[in-house]
Amino acid sequence: MMMVIPKGYETAAPDAVPSAEAVAKMMEFNKSLQKAGVLLALDGLFPPSTGARVSYADGKATVTDGPFAEAKEVIGGYWIIQVRSREEAIEWAKRAPMSNNEIIEVRQIHEMGDFPEDVQKAAEGSENLPNASAAKA
Amino acid sequence: MSDVHKTIEAVWKIESMRLIAAIARVTRDIGIAEELAQDALVAALERWPEEGIPENPAAWLMTAAKRRAIDSLRRGRMLEQKHGEIARELEFQQRRLGQAMDQALDQVIDDDVLRLIFTACHPVLTVEGRIALTLRLIGGLTTAEIARAFLLPEKTLGQRIFRAKRTLSEAHVPFEIPRGDELRSRLESVLSVVYLTFNEGYTATFGDEWMREELCNDALRLGRILAELLPNEPEIHGLLALMELQASRTAARKGQNGEAVLLLEQDRSLWDYVQIQRGMGALHHAQKLGGGAGNYALQAAIVACHARASIAADTDWERIVLLYDALLQISPSPVVGLNRAVAVGMAHGPAAGLHALDALRAEPALANYHLLPSVRADLLVKLGRYAEAREELHRAIALTDNVREHELLSRKLKQAMLID
Repeated sequence: MMMVIPKGYETAAPDAVPSAEAVAKMMEFNKSLQKAGVLLALDGLFPPSTGARVSYADGKATVTDGPFAEAKEVIGGYWIIQVRSREEAIEWAKRAPMSNNEIIEVRQIHEMGDFPEDVQKAAEGSENLPNASAAKA
Repeated sequence: MSDVHKTIEAVWKIESMRLIAAIARVTRDIGIAEELAQDALVAALERWPEEGIPENPAAWLMTAAKRRAIDSLRRGRMLEQKHGEIARELEFQQRRLGQAMDQALDQVIDDDVLRLIFTACHPVLTVEGRIALTLRLIGGLTTAEIARAFLLPEKTLGQRIFRAKRTLSEAHVPFEIPRGDELRSRLESVLSVVYLTFNEGYTATFGDEWMREELCNDALRLGRILAELLPNEPEIHGLLALMELQASRTAARKGQNGEAVLLLEQDRSLWDYVQIQRGMGALHHAQKLGGGAGNYALQAAIVACHARASIAADTDWERIVLLYDALLQISPSPVVGLNRAVAVGMAHGPAAGLHALDALRAEPALANYHLLPSVRADLLVKLGRYAEAREELHRAIALTDNVREHELLSRKLKQAMLID
């Protein structure tokens, strides 16, 4: 998974949208992922100011509406790609049309086989639970 | 392997297909194009560890390939002639070659990639040659990786690729996209290369590895590339659907100790439902394009019947029988008949299944196919005819080389002994 952490998104207004130019560049990048046959899914997220955080303490859930004063880096969107190696995921991330001070975090998606046996056992019977275990990064 | 080498390998996986396609547009020979691209890779391996990874690796590789192409043009000509006129002509040709390559890289067009795919899967090549060349040129796999995937010595694979390139060159296979009626049949060849690759990974024909997942992923990637290049060809989406739906069961096909788990005994919670959705989407797309009755789309529709059933008992076997009937009409095959007999057994009882199966017993194509006695044994067990079932299981065991299938059959045999 490649997660985009756009600069300033933590304080972006609820109706903030990227420029047409930025979108066009991003579409070009998305197309190149698609043409290489590696793209499985992608999404862009509304700014945190429209979201909420549910935090847990002492067995209690507390809801805080966005934006979140303490957050310095927030996720703006993601791609799920299927590649052969960590390096290949990083190379794709290097090709993304990002601006100064923006970040793409590359993380591998867990597959059931990555877990120890007792954890796999605990996951059994989770009938028809949607998961994305086919994706690598 | 050092980090830089791993990065170079990753860059190669990403760039090689388009790089080779662009060079081939100029050379019109994919063998030469591949060699020039390889030379560029060698140059990268020499220089990048010291100089660092260039800003635009694709352009760097193309420039290196261009230099190499001009070099070989010069050397080839210099040996033959040294007259002034030839030298001027040569200079002109070098300039033209250089310009053509610059241009090719500037606008690698999808058609170049398509030409590359159609050429690598050309019917003039053996099927093994097509698969090896496709994985090498379009999949970006090294000879060593392909050899590992197919459990063959690297040398064998190297020779296979070498022979395939020579065959293409000797047969003067043009670097082009087939048109009209030819497109259909040539596309079939491409799709079968992709599906054979997938199947090689999905059901290893020998050795103790039940499944080589990477190869399945490579085939899926090839399928997605094709779907992007020829979005209106329904069978591509049908094939993609079939592969996604089959691959979605990967985690459930292997038990705790690596043993094979058959479809009806699988823990369906281990199926990848996101992948199933992708498969269903691709199948729907194939049908929307009017290709619902295509070979791959029908096979995908059969697998989709299983995917839709949250427990094995919910499977719509009658629908599966109908889909097999349709499949048999467009591509009659004893193996399809065998699968249909299994479905008939589930839909209408083991006696009906056995009846359908026994109609196939004279098929020469099934004479050495371990699944014929294996399926027969299952039906006989259900009918309580254990002695005959055991006989069939012995026969099946003798016919398979796959260690995992061997285990599976031996387990069944043990069960058949206990029941009786």
